Amino acid sequence: MPGFGLSLGFTLFYLTLIVLIPLSAVFLKTFTLTWDGFVHAVTSDRVVASYKLSFGASLIAASLNVVLGGVVAWVLVRYRFPGSKIVDALVDLPFALPTAVAGIALTTLYSPNGWIGRYAEAAGFKVAFTPLGIMIALTFIGLPFVVRTVQPVLEDAERELEEAAACLGANRLQTFVRVVFPTIAPALLTGFALAFARATGEYGSVIFIAGNMPMISEITPLLIVTKLEQYDYAGATAIAVMMLLASFAMLLLINLLQAWARGRKERS
Amino acid sequence: MSGAIVSSVAAVATAAGRRSGRGAQRAGVESPWVRRTLIGLALVFLTLFLFVPLVAVFTEALKKGWQAYVDAIVDPDALSAIKLTLLTAGIAVPLNLVFGVSAAWLIAKFEFRGKNILLTLIDLPFSVSPVISGLIYVLLFGAQGWFGPWLREHDIRILFALPGMVLATIFVTFPFVARELIPLMQSQGSEEEEAALVLGASGWKTFWLVTLPNIKWGLLYGVILCNARAMGEFGAVSVVSGHIRGETNTIPLQVEILYNEYNFAAAFAVASLLAMLALVTLALKSIVESRLKDELPEALDLA
Repeated sequence: MPGFGLSLGFTLFYLTLIVLIPLSAVFLKTFTLTWDGFVHAVTSDRVVASYKLSFGASLIAASLNVVLGGVVAWVLVRYRFPGSKIVDALVDLPFALPTAVAGIALTTLYSPNGWIGRYAEAAGFKVAFTPLGIMIALTFIGLPFVVRTVQPVLEDAERELEEAAACLGANRLQTFVRVVFPTIAPALLTGFALAFARATGEYGSVIFIAGNMPMISEITPLLIVTKLEQYDYAGATAIAVMMLLASFAMLLLINLLQAWARGRKERS
Repeated sequence: MSGAIVSSVAAVATAAGRRSGRGAQRAGVESPWVRRTLIGLALVFLTLFLFVPLVAVFTEALKKGWQAYVDAIVDPDALSAIKLTLLTAGIAVPLNLVFGVSAAWLIAKFEFRGKNILLTLIDLPFSVSPVISGLIYVLLFGAQGWFGPWLREHDIRILFALPGMVLATIFVTFPFVARELIPLMQSQGSEEEEAALVLGASGWKTFWLVTLPNIKWGLLYGVILCNARAMGEFGAVSVVSGHIRGETNTIPLQVEILYNEYNFAAAFAVASLLAMLALVTLALKSIVESRLKDELPEALDLA
């Protein structure tokens, strides 16, 4: 087969130029800081508050997506109802809709006089410009991940096993908990990890709805932008390194989860 | 299906004892109210989180009437943002397309060491926050960056200008085409190409006449996704753009500026262009997906 040299050369050249050199710049730039300077930059109160918010809100949003995304996947695979095809196609909307558009739309809806916000306000919740609003935005952008990882697994699942369980006298709930759930559990976990990883780095859809108050509703990516605007390149880079390390750890975890899920499938 | 599940089926059977009868009649089906509750829950969730925001974009855009909507879009700053978005995507997408084909050819047709590492590296930009995707180019080309002084001496502008925005866009959309093509080409194998080569076709001819027709739907699928992200990218482009009105603002950045100026109707009018792009993307994606599904079993048979 021809083209090994050409495709290898071009692939590595482009990868190095676009991804590897620029990413390594982040790590090299932190060496312009002393160790103490680095530690101070990544552990100051405002930065730690932003980690807690970013990771906490992402955790809650990803968990919400596991439950509700799981229900959506189940409904789309198992039930037929009018418009299910369109609903299925629209699940990918958060992938296709630019984050800034999602951000301003959600902010308008959930602000105190918005379509949804006014009812939330009447019920005593302030959504926009609080951490609650951040969770809403992160749930939106993570929505397709769980649905799209669980859907193919449910489609491949052998219905005969569920029928066998039912024939043997299990009720539907027992069948779900002991037959269906173990089959889709790896996909649910993978979807959770993907939604969580995406949410921690998200910027565009969050900054409009967040309110961006230091210590209260300021996410880590925004803090990086703020430091850049103040020409504190080293400070911005130090926080970026922490975020990159966290996302590489997530990437490793996701790869392990997917390998585990594949292994289970092959053994069966 | 795994042994663990079969054994739990048995466990369920023992646990449930002999009260079968009705269960067997409706094997593997939920009662109507469970079904209705689940469908209702899914639809309420999707309505609140997907449909209402989408509808809100268009109603807010048209709140001040059709004329105000048109005025917002033909505003010179908005038009220059549209031009810049088309130009940026027009450069970034073809480059990533060439890379995607090259990487897929390499990975699908050859065995070599380090292939898994290469696959992980190709996916890397997806796990990097958009803000960091912009930051890396600031560190390279900014005034304090590695190449900053040299660029200033030679009067070349990369940051806060088109080249920087194109680079940031290429980075965030880097894996799209490669990631669609690699599994497709792997599943198709190399037999058809080998046959063409044995019959005397050159490498390029084989690629154009044999490989390309086989991967065209996968390629189109990757390009559609790549383009949607390229035109809609906000965080990375925002960091490298410098927000110069009428000069380095793409459509998403223009939306932000208008929104922050409390010019909501105009912000949503410009945003509605991106929402329409998203809907077109989803429609094309569904069409191409069904084509891919038609073609893949065929491709698998040949493999």
